[in-house]
Amino acid sequence: MKKLDKINNFYNDDKVIDACSIFGMMDTSGKCFSGKDIIKAIANMHDRGNGLGGGFAVYGLYPQYADFYAFHIMYFNHESRARLETYLEEHFYMLRAEEVPTNPTPNILKPPLVWRYFLKVRGGENSEQRQQDDYVVEKVMDINTRAKDAFVFSSGKNMAVFKGVGYPEEIAEYFCLEQYEGYLWTAHGRFPTNTPGWWGGAHPFNILDWTVVHNGEISSYGINRRYLEQFGYNCTMQTDTEVVAYAVDLLARKHGFPMEIIAKILAAPLWSEISRLPEKKQKMFRTLRQVYGSLLLNGPFTVIIAHQGEMVGLTDRIRLRPLVVGTKDSMLYLSSEESAIRLVCPHLDDARIPMGGEPVIGSLQNPLNSRKTAIQDPQSKTGEK
Amino acid sequence: MKTYLPPKFIIERDQYRCTQCQACVSQCSFDANYYDAEDDEVRSREENCVGCHRCVVFCPTNAITVRENPSSYRRNESWTHEAIEDIIKQSETGGMLLTGMGTDKGYPIFWDHLLLNASQVTNPSIDPLREPMELTTYLGQKPDMVKLTSDSTDIETEITNQIKLDIPIMLTAMSYGAISLNTQESLARAATEAGTLWNTGEGGLHPSLRKYANNMVAQVASGRFGVHSEYLNMARVVEIKIGQGAKPGIGGHLPGEKVSLDVSATRMIPQGTDALSPAPQHDIYSIEDLSQLIYALKEATNYTKPISVKIAAVHNSAAIASGMVRAGADIIVLDGLRGSTGATPKIIRDNVGIPIELALAAVDERLRKEGIRNKASIVVAGGIRNSGDVTKAIALGADAVYIGTAALIALGCHVCQQCHTGKCAWGICTTNVGLTKRINPNIGTRRLTNLLNSWSLEIKDMLGGMGINAIESLRGNRLHLRGVGLSDTELKILGVRAAGS
Ligand code: SF4
Ligand code: SF4
Repeated sequence: MKKLDKINNFYNDDKVIDACSIFGMMDTSGKCFSGKDIIKAIANMHDRGNGLGGGFAVYGLYPQYADFYAFHIMYFNHESRARLETYLEEHFYMLRAEEVPTNPTPNILKPPLVWRYFLKVRGGENSEQRQQDDYVVEKVMDINTRAKDAFVFSSGKNMAVFKGVGYPEEIAEYFCLEQYEGYLWTAHGRFPTNTPGWWGGAHPFNILDWTVVHNGEISSYGINRRYLEQFGYNCTMQTDTEVVAYAVDLLARKHGFPMEIIAKILAAPLWSEISRLPEKKQKMFRTLRQVYGSLLLNGPFTVIIAHQGEMVGLTDRIRLRPLVVGTKDSMLYLSSEESAIRLVCPHLDDARIPMGGEPVIGSLQNPLNSRKTAIQDPQSKTGEK
Repeated sequence: MKTYLPPKFIIERDQYRCTQCQACVSQCSFDANYYDAEDDEVRSREENCVGCHRCVVFCPTNAITVRENPSSYRRNESWTHEAIEDIIKQSETGGMLLTGMGTDKGYPIFWDHLLLNASQVTNPSIDPLREPMELTTYLGQKPDMVKLTSDSTDIETEITNQIKLDIPIMLTAMSYGAISLNTQESLARAATEAGTLWNTGEGGLHPSLRKYANNMVAQVASGRFGVHSEYLNMARVVEIKIGQGAKPGIGGHLPGEKVSLDVSATRMIPQGTDALSPAPQHDIYSIEDLSQLIYALKEATNYTKPISVKIAAVHNSAAIASGMVRAGADIIVLDGLRGSTGATPKIIRDNVGIPIELALAAVDERLRKEGIRNKASIVVAGGIRNSGDVTKAIALGADAVYIGTAALIALGCHVCQQCHTGKCAWGICTTNVGLTKRINPNIGTRRLTNLLNSWSLEIKDMLGGMGINAIESLRGNRLHLRGVGLSDTELKILGVRAAGS
């Protein structure tokens, strides 16, 4: 855990290259459940990772602190913690600080100190949500680029990321994840090819309450990154995943797009598909592609993007990485492999492989109740294809 | 005065093959071949030969070989043949040396020091024969963001004046007068068929080409030849020409002999008068003047056309380009050191300007740093030789490229650099009626569309190899480039990493 910010791209390659297993499950009725199933499911795809990174995101686990930004921070040692806590005290009102409970696990070697804090923006009570969020983003970026021995890896409200070096099931054991309950969980098992792996580099990647788990290599990384830099996002981790997270932050939070539209920017419809849409849609999707062409994610990828109340699965336009969708009552499952879903839910109402670039969206606002309304069909909303 | 210049080329005629048909005599517009009736033999005046290979190609028995004169002076690295012969020419004429085409000097060609990437293992390459591969490009100003209506079913942000190109390759400015009407018609038709744009150059629009106006860039240059409201309003794009890579900082001169009745009508000047384009635009002495002209043209076209501004790539291109964008240009065109022309002083062509690769890299980076890259599209010109150059230009940050010389080569040009003489044996760069007939617009169109088609197939293959299926994912994506044999400074300016790193 030395030089936390430098270790991710050890050989200074263009970017970190990795492959992986991903899994997401959400109870769209909002009911909370433990991490038991997702741990089992992701462990079933053990072979897709190589033990150099595993992680989970949980939503709805801190209802008692739902209004507080829950910062989860890795430290090199207690001195670095003391230093950073002074910084936090300066910039935030701190309701609570505690060490994240852990459980010694044989394969988890040299873990960093991991603490969590429930924070509010100092003097921010009267300012708008967007301003508070901007402030938090700024502080997280500040800590993560400047502090050599501390790393904020989770910063949203009523959600948390737990991640580290190891297989995901080992990380789960280490952080006692069976004991948490949430209505939305995502998980990731990592297979980096060009980095020794470090705790902060594991997925999910997080900013505010956005998390991204990602499988793939984005060939458009170079331009996606240069585009985002124009909006002040510094891609210090040099991973595709980071680019996805910032792109979503820009599009959702700053430019105000719903997920259905964001999906159509990241995995834009072909020009020929656009030309077959009705006039009004044509204009809309053409404009989006003209303006946000630099955010088109090209090359193979599957991502599960989550934030408060919503989980989205998306593949690249020609689906070069796997994604399977399963539904059962109000549950939505997303996985790299169908077997992992069947393991935890053998009698699915429906299992299918979505089209390339077609987002699969689970949302508390549109709970899945019966098989008929199955997955909220983005097409019907956007009139696409 | 006896000339001290030796012939540049040796013409060898295989007497066994030669049938005295005299094809070479009629084909050579430089009077380098003649028929000696007394001896019933075709002979050559080698001192007139420019090496254009017209006779070689048209000799029915392949009897002719044209090659560089091998006789040499005493070897001298400083006093090269060219240095010596330029002085001889000037001491015999007392004038500036004029020439055509782009510089033939060995300045570094950075395209040849940049290499593209391909996918292996960690991501798959995409097969363009089986998967969609998109080259569609829209030129024009883009807003910073798009605003949706509150129900997310429509957009509030109106985006206007977007020019759709089916391939990111346009045919550059070549005026009627500099090139023949048949040549211009070939360019116009090919652009229309290929879904791209052609450019009038500064010579106005001949009435017979009006039907191709929908794919036309109407140039407005310092001479304002042929510029009128209808011309502007017919075009897709209006382009203000400030400079040209082959002759940065100087104007143009179409000699009176080339100003035929038709040319004079198109340019709106009297027949037989020299068409002089002043060096600067006399209403643009500063950036605010440029802005005024841009908005004057926008007004004149009722804000329905993107306005392009073309400059030669010079030392401060980045700063100038940033000013151009802020002045309201929707498209900026950079024409590099190796850019071509119908006529230019040789000393300017060979010594002024900077390579397009460096200018492009610097301009793209500067506009991004200033957060205004979306405000204008970047088009580069000057020395694009093949689809590899196009692909590398796009990876460096260009939206599209202009080709000129490559297009003329497709029509027959052999880059003999005699464009300024008006004698072009290939019928391209001339208004001589006998010669212009050598370009048949039907065939010319086909040769050009073939070229554009083969380049677009090649670009798709390269994109697929990189694991990319839309050109916008390559644009400005310099991680797909690596440099070989470049200094650290050059790599830094180009914004690419060294191969192997
Ligand atoms: S046609 Fe061209 S190559 Fe042949 S003799 Fe004439 S100038 Fe030389
Ligand atoms: S256009 Fe004609 S004169 Fe000019 S270089 Fe080509 S062949 Fe020679």
